[in-house]
Amino acid sequence: MKPEDKLDLRAILADLDNYVPRRRGWTWRKPVDRLRMNGYEYSDCSEPLKNSVPPIAAKSFGGIDPQPRQVITTEIASGRFEDDIRRMRMAAWHGADHIMVIRTAGQSHFDGLIEGTPQGIGGVPITRKQLRASRKALDLIEDEVGRPINFHSYVSGVAGPEIAVLFAEEGVNGAHQDPQYNVLYRNINMVRSFVDAAESKKIMAWADMLQIDGAHNANATAKEAWKVMPELLVQHAINCAFSLQAGMKKENIALSTVPPTASPAPDLKTNLPYAVALRDFFSGYRMRAQMNTKYMESSTREATVTHVLNMMISKLTSADIQSTITPDEGRNVPWHMYNIEACDTARQALVGMDGLSELVEIRKDGLMAEKVREIKERAVLFLEEMLAGGGYFRAVEDGFFIDSGIFPERNGDGIRRKIAGGIGANTVFERDSDYFAPVPCHFGFNNVAQYGLRPDEDPASLIGGSTFTDRSKIRYVDELDPEDNVERRMAETARYADGAVITPEVQWRGDGIVVVDLTFPASLPVSQAAALEIGKRMNLEDVEVIHRESLHPSEATRIQLRGRIALDVDVAKLSIPEEPKRLSDAEITAYVHDHPLRIVAATVGEDEHSVGLREIIDIKHGGIEKYGILCEYLGTSVPVDKLVDAAIETDARAILLSTIISHDDIHYKNMKKIHDYAVEKGVRDRMILIAGGTQVTPELAVKQGMDAGFGRGTHGVDVATFLVERLKEKGN
Amino acid sequence: MEKSNVRPDDWQRRRDHLRELSDEELKARFWHLTEEVIAPMVRLAQTQTTPSIERSVLLRMGFSDAEAKAVVQQTIEHRRMGKGAGHCVYALSLIDHIDIRTAGLKLGAGEGWDRLERRFGGNPR
Repeated sequence: MKPEDKLDLRAILADLDNYVPRRRGWTWRKPVDRLRMNGYEYSDCSEPLKNSVPPIAAKSFGGIDPQPRQVITTEIASGRFEDDIRRMRMAAWHGADHIMVIRTAGQSHFDGLIEGTPQGIGGVPITRKQLRASRKALDLIEDEVGRPINFHSYVSGVAGPEIAVLFAEEGVNGAHQDPQYNVLYRNINMVRSFVDAAESKKIMAWADMLQIDGAHNANATAKEAWKVMPELLVQHAINCAFSLQAGMKKENIALSTVPPTASPAPDLKTNLPYAVALRDFFSGYRMRAQMNTKYMESSTREATVTHVLNMMISKLTSADIQSTITPDEGRNVPWHMYNIEACDTARQALVGMDGLSELVEIRKDGLMAEKVREIKERAVLFLEEMLAGGGYFRAVEDGFFIDSGIFPERNGDGIRRKIAGGIGANTVFERDSDYFAPVPCHFGFNNVAQYGLRPDEDPASLIGGSTFTDRSKIRYVDELDPEDNVERRMAETARYADGAVITPEVQWRGDGIVVVDLTFPASLPVSQAAALEIGKRMNLEDVEVIHRESLHPSEATRIQLRGRIALDVDVAKLSIPEEPKRLSDAEITAYVHDHPLRIVAATVGEDEHSVGLREIIDIKHGGIEKYGILCEYLGTSVPVDKLVDAAIETDARAILLSTIISHDDIHYKNMKKIHDYAVEKGVRDRMILIAGGTQVTPELAVKQGMDAGFGRGTHGVDVATFLVERLKEKGN
Repeated sequence: MEKSNVRPDDWQRRRDHLRELSDEELKARFWHLTEEVIAPMVRLAQTQTTPSIERSVLLRMGFSDAEAKAVVQQTIEHRRMGKGAGHCVYALSLIDHIDIRTAGLKLGAGEGWDRLERRFGGNPR
C-alpha cells in the first residue's frame, strides 16, 4: 500500500473466509538506547517509524518524529468498522500502536457471538468478520508505518469464554478481562462471572494476549472519584491474583490505572502518591496508564490539560502503555480528528518529558511517604474486613465496592449485587466426577483419564485436534442480516467511495458533519439561541450546540455548533494551486555555507512601505538572514540605478526589490526599468532579480524581466528556496 | 443509604496493628490477604461450568456459535451439564460411530439423548 493510495475496502473484504492472522500475542516497542535525532539525544525513545505524520512543530526540527517507549493506545468506536479502519491508519501515522475497538452497546449482555457486520452504537459489534477485516487492514497499515500494531477488544459479558476463543483464533493481541467489571457495572451474576473468567483467562494465556483489567471504571463511576483509591488497589489485586491462577504470565497482566482526581483539585498531591503506592504493591505487573475521564466536560482544551498532567505522572513513575482519551469524549463518540489529537498529545508530551527521571526524583520522605503509606494501609484494611465479613461475594452483597467514602470511611452508597441475582443467575453447574471437555486450554477439573489420556496430553487429540491447532475447523459465518451489513452501507455511500466527490466527515464516509465556532457579545442563554439560529440560516441540518463557554457573564460567550451540511464537491472541477516547493532550512543553510551569498534589497521608486521586505530579510521574522545570506538593506524609495550599482559594488548575486504602490502599474514599470539597466550595465546574466509586494503577480513580474515575482503570503523560505535553486541552475 | 454501612473515617484507630509493619511486610500482607480472598473463587471455577464455557468448548471442537448454542440448550434440557456438552458430543460420536460434527448437529436437533442416558446413567441434574 502506498501512502497516496486509499485503503481498498473491496480488497480487504475479499477472501476473508481464508484469512489467517500473521501472529498471536502482544508486541512491545523496541527501545533504543540513547537515540540520536537532529543533534539531540533521547533517553526514553524507541525505534522510529518508517512513515508518519510528524508533530507540527517538527518542521523547525528537521522533520523528526521521535517515538516514545510507551505503546500508545487509541480507542475507536464509530460503529462502522469500514470507517474505523481508515481511522486506524490515520492513528498509526500519528504514533498509535494499540488499537482498541470499543464494543457496541449491549454486546456484553448478548448471549453468544454476533456474526456479520451490523452497525453498532457507541462502538462496533465485534464479530469474526469484523475482526478479520480489521486485522487484515492492520497488517497493511503496520507494514506501511514499519511497526507492529496491537489489536484489542473486550472479553467480558455473558459470553466471555466464547469471545476469548474467537479472539485467540483471530489473532487479537490484547483484551480487557476482569470479572469485577461484569459484576459491578454490567450486573452479571457474580458466580457466573468468576467461573467464566477463569476459562477466558486460560484461553487468553494460550493466545499470549495482554490483559487489561477494569478497575479504572471504579474511578469513573464513584461519586468522589479519588476516595476509591484503597479499593482500586484491591480490585487490581483480585484480578491479578485470579489471572495468575488461570495461568497467565505476570508480564501479560496489565493494570488499567487512572490518576483518580483532576485539577482544579491539587492533582499531583493526590495522584502522584497513589501512583507510587500502586507501583510499589504491583511490581512486575504491567501498567496501562489510562487518563482521567471523570471530570471531562465539553471543553477539549480542558480535557487535554488534564491528560498532559496525567502523562507527567506516567513519566514520573512508569507506564508500559499510555492510553489516550479523545478530548471530545465528553461530548460525543470520538471523531477522527480527536483520535489524532489525542495521539499527538501523548507523543508530544511524552517526548517533551524525555529523560525526566534523570532530572528529578520522587521524594521518599515527608508528605509523599506519609500519603503512600496511608493508601497502602487503607487497602490492607479493606481486604481484612472483606475476609472477616465472609469474603468477596459477601462484600459485594454488602455494598463494599464503589462506596464514596475513603475506606475505612463508608458512606453506604456502594454498588450492591446479590449472589443469586443479576443476569445469568442460576446458570452455574457443578461438574460431575466424569466431567470431560475434549479441548485444550480448559480451566479446572477435566477427567481425561477416563479416556486414557495423561493430564499433559491435549484432550483434543481424541477428536482429531481443535480449532487452536487446525484452523480448517473454524466455522466462518459471513453475514446473517441481509439489511444491516457493510455491503448495504457501501451502497448508500457509493457516491463518496472513490474520492472523486467529497464532503466533510467526522466519523463516517459522507456524514457531512461540520463544526462552527462562534463567539457572541452576549450572555450564555442568548448566545446559545443565537448560535442555533445562525446554524439554521447557514442551511445546516440537525444543528446542535456541542460546547458553550462563558468568556464573561455579559460580554461574551463562545459556542461550538455541529450540523450536517448537504453540500459536496467534485474534485475534478476544483482549481488546485500547486503547493510551492520549499527546501528545508538545513538544505538552504548548507548550500549558503558552501556558496556564500550576498544580496541587496530596497523598496524602489517613491515607495516608503518597507514592512514586507523587512519580513523577508530579517532573522527576527524568519527571514533569509537566518540561512547565513548576507543582506544589504538600502532603505526605501531607492532609485533603480542606485540599487544595481550597489549590487555591482558589493559583488551581490541578487537584488530584492519591493514595491507596494501599484497605481498606474508603476510597480511593473520599475521592474522593467531595473531589468533594462542591469542589461545596460552588462550584469543581467549574473544577477538574479526578484520583485515582491502585495500587488505583484508572479507571472507578470517575470514578463517584465524579473527572475521571479512574489505576492502576498510569501515567506523568507520561499525567496531563499528560489535563490538556491536558481543559483544551482546557473552553476553558481 | 443503609445506616449500618455508614462509618466515619477511623483509619488512625484501625491501623494500630499495621503501624509497626515495614513496607515490605505490608506488601506481603496485602498479597497474602488477596490470595485468601480469591481462593474460594478459584475453587468454584475449578469445579463448576456454565453455558458460556460449554459453548466455548464446542467452538474449539469446530462448531459455529449457533450450532454450539443448540447443543448447550439441549444439554441443559437433558440435565447433562455436569458431564460437559463437549463430552456429550464426544460420547455420542463413540456410541454411534459417527464423526464429531454429525454427533453435535444431532444432539443440537434433540436426537441421540436416549443413547447418552444409557451410557451416563445415574441421576441427571
